Amino acid sequence: MKPAFSVIFLTTLIGAAQGLLLAMYTAQFYALFNLLPVQDSQGFYGLGALLVLVLSGLGLIASFFHLGRPERAWRTAAQWRTSWLSREVIVLPAFMGTVFLYGVAHFMDWRPVLFTLPFGLSIDLTLVLGASAAVLALLLFICTGMIYACLPFLREWHSPLTVLNYTLLGSASGFLLAAAFAARNAPALTRFYAIAALVLTLLGLASRIASLYRNSRLRPKSTLQTAIGIKHPRIVQTSVGFLGGSFNTREFFHGRTAEVVRLVKWFFLLGAFALPLLMLMLAIGLQDPTPLWLSSVFVIQYLGLLAERWFFFAQANHPQNLYYQAIN
Amino acid sequence: MTQLALVIDLNVCVGCHACVTSCKQWNTSGSAGPLADLNPYDADPNGTFFNRVQTFEVGQYPNTQTVHFPKSCLHCEDPPCVPVCPTGASYKREQDGIVLVDSDKCIGCKYCSWACPYGVREFDEQRKIMTKCTLCVDRIYDTSRPESERKPACVLSCPTSARLFGDIHDPDSVVSEAIRENAGYQLMPEWGTHPSNHYLPRRKTDLHIHEDELVRIDNPLKVDGLLPKPAKTEPSLDDSTSW
Repeated sequence: MKPAFSVIFLTTLIGAAQGLLLAMYTAQFYALFNLLPVQDSQGFYGLGALLVLVLSGLGLIASFFHLGRPERAWRTAAQWRTSWLSREVIVLPAFMGTVFLYGVAHFMDWRPVLFTLPFGLSIDLTLVLGASAAVLALLLFICTGMIYACLPFLREWHSPLTVLNYTLLGSASGFLLAAAFAARNAPALTRFYAIAALVLTLLGLASRIASLYRNSRLRPKSTLQTAIGIKHPRIVQTSVGFLGGSFNTREFFHGRTAEVVRLVKWFFLLGAFALPLLMLMLAIGLQDPTPLWLSSVFVIQYLGLLAERWFFFAQANHPQNLYYQAIN
Repeated sequence: MTQLALVIDLNVCVGCHACVTSCKQWNTSGSAGPLADLNPYDADPNGTFFNRVQTFEVGQYPNTQTVHFPKSCLHCEDPPCVPVCPTGASYKREQDGIVLVDSDKCIGCKYCSWACPYGVREFDEQRKIMTKCTLCVDRIYDTSRPESERKPACVLSCPTSARLFGDIHDPDSVVSEAIRENAGYQLMPEWGTHPSNHYLPRRKTDLHIHEDELVRIDNPLKVDGLLPKPAKTEPSLDDSTSW
C-alpha cells in the first residue's frame, strides 16, 4: 500500500493524545488511593487536557487531508453498525468532547462529589469524566486498529497484533509525553511516568517484533493462479492493459525499493524503541531528568513512530497487486 | 432474487480492448459524470477505466498460451467493499445485486478500495469520489432503447461475443447455462466474496459429428441413402481394389 501521510499523522498524533489522557487519569486514580501525590488541578490536569485536545485536534485536521470531499465528513457517522471507520469517526469527537469537559472541570476546580463509595472514597465529577475519557481512549485505540485489522485480504494487518500495537505504541508515546510534561508541571510524577513509558515502550517493542516476525512468515493466500483462475505453475503477465498509470498503480504500490523499506524498518526500531529506551533508562537513573531531555526523547520516539506507521502501510501487500505484476 | 452479472469466456476473448473503450465511452458521457483522466495529454498520464483487459502468458515456451483477461467489478454476492463504507455511499442493490457508489454520499476516503481484493474500484481525481463499474445500470433499464440494446456497453461491443450478460440466479438464463455447461469459475474464491461475474476457462475445441447429423431423419428422397461406392465395408484402394 502507498502510505498516506494524512493517516500517518492522524494515527500517531491521536495515539499520543490518548496515551497522555490515560497517563493523566492514571495519576488521578492512583492519587485517590494515596499511591501518588495529588496534583494541581489547573497547572497539571487543565493544561494536560488542553495538550490532549491540541494533539487530537491536529490529528483530526490531518485526517481531513485524506478525504476527497471533506465537506461531506459529517456523513461518516452513518454506518457505525458495520464500519470500523465510522465507529472511529464517532469515538474520536466523543473522546475530544469528554476530554474538554474533563479539562474544564479541572480548570474551573469544579469538582462536586457525585457519590461516596461504601469504604469512604468520595467520587467527584472529574473522576467520572476522566474514567469516561479513558474508556473512550481505549475504544478509540480499538477502532483505529480494527480499521486495518478487519480487512482479511491485507494479511499483514489482519491480526490482533495490529490493535495491540496501536494501543501500546500510542500509550507509550502518551506516557512519555506525560513524563516530559510532568517534569515541568508536576515533578513528583516524572519518575512514575518515565518508568511507565519505559515499560510500555518495552511492551510495544515486544508486540511490534511479534508482528514483524508473523509478517515475515506469511505465505500469500492469493496467487496469480487464483487471481485469474488458471492452474498452471508458470504464468507471466505480459500487459497490464495500459501504458500510463491508474488508480491501481497509484494507490497500492509504495514505489520504494526493498532497501528503502528495510532501512525504514531499522530506523523505526532504533528511533521508536532502542534510542528512547536507552534515554529513558538514563533519565530514570538521574535524580532530576530535565524537561528538555524528556521532551527530546518524546520527539525522537515520535519520529520513530512516524517511520513505524510508514512501514506499517508499505509492508501491506494488497492482493490486487497480483493483477499488476508488470509494475513490480 | 436477481443477481445480474457478466460471464466472460476466456476461450473466445481476443484481447481487442473493444469492451474497454466502449465502457469508457459510455460511462464518460453518462449522467453520472465524466470518467476524468489525470494529465491525459501530458507526460505520465493516468487513466480512469472501469474495465481493463490484461494479458498473461501461460506455460513454458514453446507450449504457451496467451490469455487475454478482461476484468471489471465482479459485483460480489458478499461484497467486502460495502460494509466498510463509513457513509453508506457504497451499496448493493436489493433488486438486481448491482454494487454501486452513491456519488452524492461518497467522501472519497478510499477505504472501500482497500477492502476490495480485486482492485476494481477507481478513484476519480477530478470529482474526488470513488467510482466503479455500474453494469451500465443507466442503460439496461432504459425502456427507450430496443430490448436487444438493454445490455452493458462492453457486452454489446464485444466482437467475439466473449461477454454474456444475465441473471446468474435464474437457472435457465444464458449466463447460468454457460457457467454450468462450460465449468464457469470465480476469481479468488479463497476470500468468500462470491463474485457474481464468472469466467469460462480455455477449452479444447473439438468437432463432434453425430450420426444423425450426417443422415437426415426427415429425408423423403433418400438422398443420404446414396452412399459412396465402394461401401465402407468393402476393401479400399490400398488393398488393391478397383473403382
